Amino acid sequence: MSKTIITVVGKDAVGIIAKVCTYLAGNQVNVEDISQTIVQGYFNMMMIVDTSGSATPYAEMVADLDDLGDAIGVKIRCQREDIFTKMHRI
Amino acid sequence: MISLFEVTETNQMIEQEQLDVRTITMGIGLLDCVDADLDALNKNISEKITRTARDLVAVGDAIELEYGIPIVNTRISVTPIALVGAGACTCPEDFATIATTLDEAARATGVDFLGGYSALVSKGMTPADEHLIASIPEALASTERVCSSVNIGSTKTGINMDAVRRMGEIVKATAEATADAGSVGCAKLVVFCNAPDDNPFMAGAFHGVTEPDAVVHVGVSGPGVITCALQEVRGANFEVLCETVKKTAFKVTRAGQLVAQEASRRLGVPFGIVDLSLAPTPAVGDSVAGILEEMGLESVGAPGTTAALALLTDQVKKGGVMASSFVGGLSGAFIPVSEDRGMADAVMRGALSIEKLEAMTCVCSVGLDMIAVPGTTSAATIAGIIADEAAIGMINQKTTAVRLIPAIGRDVGDTVEFGGLLGRAPVQRVSTVGCEAFINRGGRIPAPIHSFRN
Repeated sequence: MSKTIITVVGKDAVGIIAKVCTYLAGNQVNVEDISQTIVQGYFNMMMIVDTSGSATPYAEMVADLDDLGDAIGVKIRCQREDIFTKMHRI
Repeated sequence: MISLFEVTETNQMIEQEQLDVRTITMGIGLLDCVDADLDALNKNISEKITRTARDLVAVGDAIELEYGIPIVNTRISVTPIALVGAGACTCPEDFATIATTLDEAARATGVDFLGGYSALVSKGMTPADEHLIASIPEALASTERVCSSVNIGSTKTGINMDAVRRMGEIVKATAEATADAGSVGCAKLVVFCNAPDDNPFMAGAFHGVTEPDAVVHVGVSGPGVITCALQEVRGANFEVLCETVKKTAFKVTRAGQLVAQEASRRLGVPFGIVDLSLAPTPAVGDSVAGILEEMGLESVGAPGTTAALALLTDQVKKGGVMASSFVGGLSGAFIPVSEDRGMADAVMRGALSIEKLEAMTCVCSVGLDMIAVPGTTSAATIAGIIADEAAIGMINQKTTAVRLIPAIGRDVGDTVEFGGLLGRAPVQRVSTVGCEAFINRGGRIPAPIHSFRN
């Protein structure tokens, strides 16, 4: 099963990672890697996660994370890793 | 492992530079629907299309959601209907019933366009071809989603000038039949030379007889991505310019290849080709004209435009071929006037004439596309323009096409609004110098000498 990339972009605030990770843990999504930068107060995070142990349908997870992003005030995207690896790796 | 920088770059292309997959097009063979009884034929066609494409739109939506890349259209192409209906249709009205069936099938499956109301007449016309062609104005006026194309020439066969003359009349009649809607019927009618069997783009898509029973093709997009990449290399020499286009085209095409393979797997239908064409939309920043202007032209249409378009088309192919296992369709750059805001603006400011567009078609992937001309333009003049484009295609061994819109009741200086992806077109000046005696000769122009390669 391919991995999923979750990106979080927006104004930095307390608890962004905690809230996203709480959702993922509650849905049995395993976080394998996290990288982040903060440039001029803007938070840019990428998580590589494995959704194979989760019973939550993919479309539902995309919608839930989108809603969570709205609640925190950031943009959260959830995309299968292939779109990035195909574009940037031969 | 993929890096944050790479992820950000891809998402920036999608969110800010209009990267999308323009179309997933399912080709469906209809030859097994053939029946001598017209009602049975229509029933077979309806059943085959709705069964084969049942999941097409849902699969497109799911891929869009999971990969986060917009899939703008899902479409269907079918076997040229002149072949499918030959045994059952004895008059143009019979063929028009098939157009209605196709329109209903398109609605039932949820696709926005269905192409293949077509005839392949590059060397001659059968009675069925003649009936289908005669029915095109009525078929396009009475349906919403059906697209029609006629191939009137090829490098191997020469140009069927009887068909060219007839298509001049048919384009005009289609404009008149849809005059109330800005002659929009002509936006769904393409006249080809060297039409490919596997084109996923409308209005010229049809499912060639060389194709399998069903197949999935994908058309990518990305003029905005190329423009943004070129903004980073302003003033650099042509080597840098070309490498930038090539690398960007590679990335755009890889997204298309992924979507094509995934759609093929989920639909259980073979993957056909990725069409590399840069397809513009009327959206700001999604313009092929914008790319050419970013290269250094004050406006598209300026001297240098043909050279700029030539290098763009070539570099897109070089980058794209490496990125996809199968490349086909039209693959190059589209230069439609109404669908590309930059092209339409250039026409409005008097920088881009139909003659310059004709020169550009020698080096791009298609032809004179979505160009509004005065409604008084004669059928013979339209046929003359078709003949010129076909000659460019025949001699240069490339696909050329004409999609002209004689805007009934409008003249130079007016604009025609089509809405949506079809955009708006300023009515362009066309030469009024006559060509009737040439067009009315009848017969065929023989294949060129360099076509004899056996």
